[in-house]
Amino acid sequence: MQRFETLTGLVAPLDRLNVDTDAIIPKQYLKAISRAGFGVNLFDNWRYLDQGEPGQKRARVPNPDFVLNQPRYQGASILLARANFGCGSSREHAPWALLEYGFRAIIAPSFADIFYHNSLKNGLLPVVLPAPEVDRLFRVVEKTIGYSVTIDLRHQRVVAEGQEIGTFDINPFRKDCLLGGLDDIGWTLQYQADIKAYEERRRQEAPWLFPEARTKQ
Amino acid sequence: MGKTLYDKLWESHVVRELPDGTCLLYIDRQLVHEVTSPQAFAGLRAHNRGLWRAAANLAVADHNVPTTERARGIIDPTSRLQVETLERNCQDFSVPLFAMDDARQGIVHVVGPEQGATLPGMTIVCGDSHTSTHGAFGALAHGIGTSEVEQVMATQCLLQKKVGAMRVRLEGTIPNHVTAKDLALAVIGRIGTAGGTGHAIEFAGSAVSSLTMEGRMTLCNMAIEAGARAGLVAVDDTTIEYLADRPFAPAGKLWDQAVQAWRTLHSDPDARFSKEVLIDVSSLAPQVTYGTSPEMVISVEGHVPDPCQEIDPARREALVAALRYMDLAPGTAMTDIAIDVVFIGSCTNARLEDLRAAAGMVRGKKVAAHIHRALVVPGSGLVKRAAEAEGLDRVFREAGFEWRDAGCSMCLAMNADRLEPGERCASTSNRNFEGRQGQGGRTHLVSPAMAAAAAVAGHFVDIRQWI
Repeated sequence: MQRFETLTGLVAPLDRLNVDTDAIIPKQYLKAISRAGFGVNLFDNWRYLDQGEPGQKRARVPNPDFVLNQPRYQGASILLARANFGCGSSREHAPWALLEYGFRAIIAPSFADIFYHNSLKNGLLPVVLPAPEVDRLFRVVEKTIGYSVTIDLRHQRVVAEGQEIGTFDINPFRKDCLLGGLDDIGWTLQYQADIKAYEERRRQEAPWLFPEARTKQ
Repeated sequence: MGKTLYDKLWESHVVRELPDGTCLLYIDRQLVHEVTSPQAFAGLRAHNRGLWRAAANLAVADHNVPTTERARGIIDPTSRLQVETLERNCQDFSVPLFAMDDARQGIVHVVGPEQGATLPGMTIVCGDSHTSTHGAFGALAHGIGTSEVEQVMATQCLLQKKVGAMRVRLEGTIPNHVTAKDLALAVIGRIGTAGGTGHAIEFAGSAVSSLTMEGRMTLCNMAIEAGARAGLVAVDDTTIEYLADRPFAPAGKLWDQAVQAWRTLHSDPDARFSKEVLIDVSSLAPQVTYGTSPEMVISVEGHVPDPCQEIDPARREALVAALRYMDLAPGTAMTDIAIDVVFIGSCTNARLEDLRAAAGMVRGKKVAAHIHRALVVPGSGLVKRAAEAEGLDRVFREAGFEWRDAGCSMCLAMNADRLEPGERCASTSNRNFEGRQGQGGRTHLVSPAMAAAAAVAGHFVDIRQWI
């Protein structure tokens, strides 16, 4: 996982409620068996006028009305979004696509639970700011070409033009993982002995949960 | 103070708790399918890791599989590669797999319970958001991403923080022709698609107790559509009767021991919930969605709402965009909406009870002439077989429906079953998002009986008055 400490970046606004993971990365692209290659199909149905298929060679037709296609938002690394961002399917392809496109953080008043956790596990930082502050940011971003903010994970704050515009919560464990670029599996395997002890205890209490042990005996 | 069912399930699975409350949570069962597992297996290989407990996993291909002419295999090369990759991975890592030609193959959330691989008191995960389905058995079940799929494969644990416990009490006698699907949609209509965010929802009340396991699965299946991490229903006689003699369920003395433990899987009378909602279902009507979010739902007697009446600007804009996408004018009676396609299937509504309800509406009738396609896709090969034994396949076929093989099919249109741009579908699935059933397709979520009746009438009908 890529480390995350401080990010200063251009903000792109996506002014829609309940952006679901089907919209973030449509299902036809989920047939892939690797983690790479999803960025070009981020928001595919909104971003292009023609229908996309995985592995197609011909050039796509960009939708000039879609916000991320506007020249002023090229190179954006922070997405400004509305409530319940990332709802729907659990596909981790959604944060993979956002990251590969170039986003490292998303600011919204709320996120769907599974998407929120999938993002953290991939080094994509979901930042929850209060709805009125997000409203204000939408207005400022649209008015100000080149508007960028700084997200300081260590101090859990968002800064714009030298002023703190908000602070955010994050689970301290997740924060440490992001700051250190640590992955969950390596961390968990430190506790192998605990897991084995749990299994031993559980096998006594609820042996029906361990049918494979029965056949071995 | 008493414990909630969620507390009990959580506490019995904590391996270790960190000072900030993050827990290493033990996972009893992982269900695996072809779409969200290849990168997890690849990660294991890259780090030279094996499976912690191969037998705790159960794999089946469902999202990509064709629902016609199975014997020909999968035509689409990318889909085929994904399904073959699952088969190879399961072989290499000794994961039990129901292959495409196995009668037990089907949608992972239909297969798990049907096999008794879903048991009360378990923690169950799958790289699929509709894993909430299994909560119907008093199990803690939720969807996870691929990184977590890999973590469970490698460590049998997840890093999780406890969420709040919310109770949705559905009280009263469920009226005729109103189903668990209508209850689920009504709950989402009431609390919204983020109403359960940060919570596990326990569904309780007399209406829930009266539901069959199939109905409870439908209800818990859509808990994710209300934003909840998990849906839950307490264990009772209905749960235990359903599980008896299932292939993966315990037998003999172990069964008796398990049943005794399962009987404790309910919230204590003095348990406190962080959020409570009470809905009287005794006058509930069949529900139909009109928009592109499951919360955009109304009774079949209702009309498409007018965005001008919406005070909140962001919601108003969302409604305007939804009605534009759905090509619906405000004020249109739901029963005046004509449809092109009917899809009866998905992990929400493709069990035997669902197919019986749908067949009951079409017996001796014909699908309306203007309907382009009407599909019935059973949830598993065994559901299909049981339905055929009752002659339901004949009922559907004679009415003009296609009778398909098991899979996710047009719920998410990853295989060849999909809507064409502009087509309008009465669907028993769970999501009406833009493009969900095919780019440009328009989805109305309904119960199986409502979808079947719409196929015959050619538009939505109030099935309470229709027969």
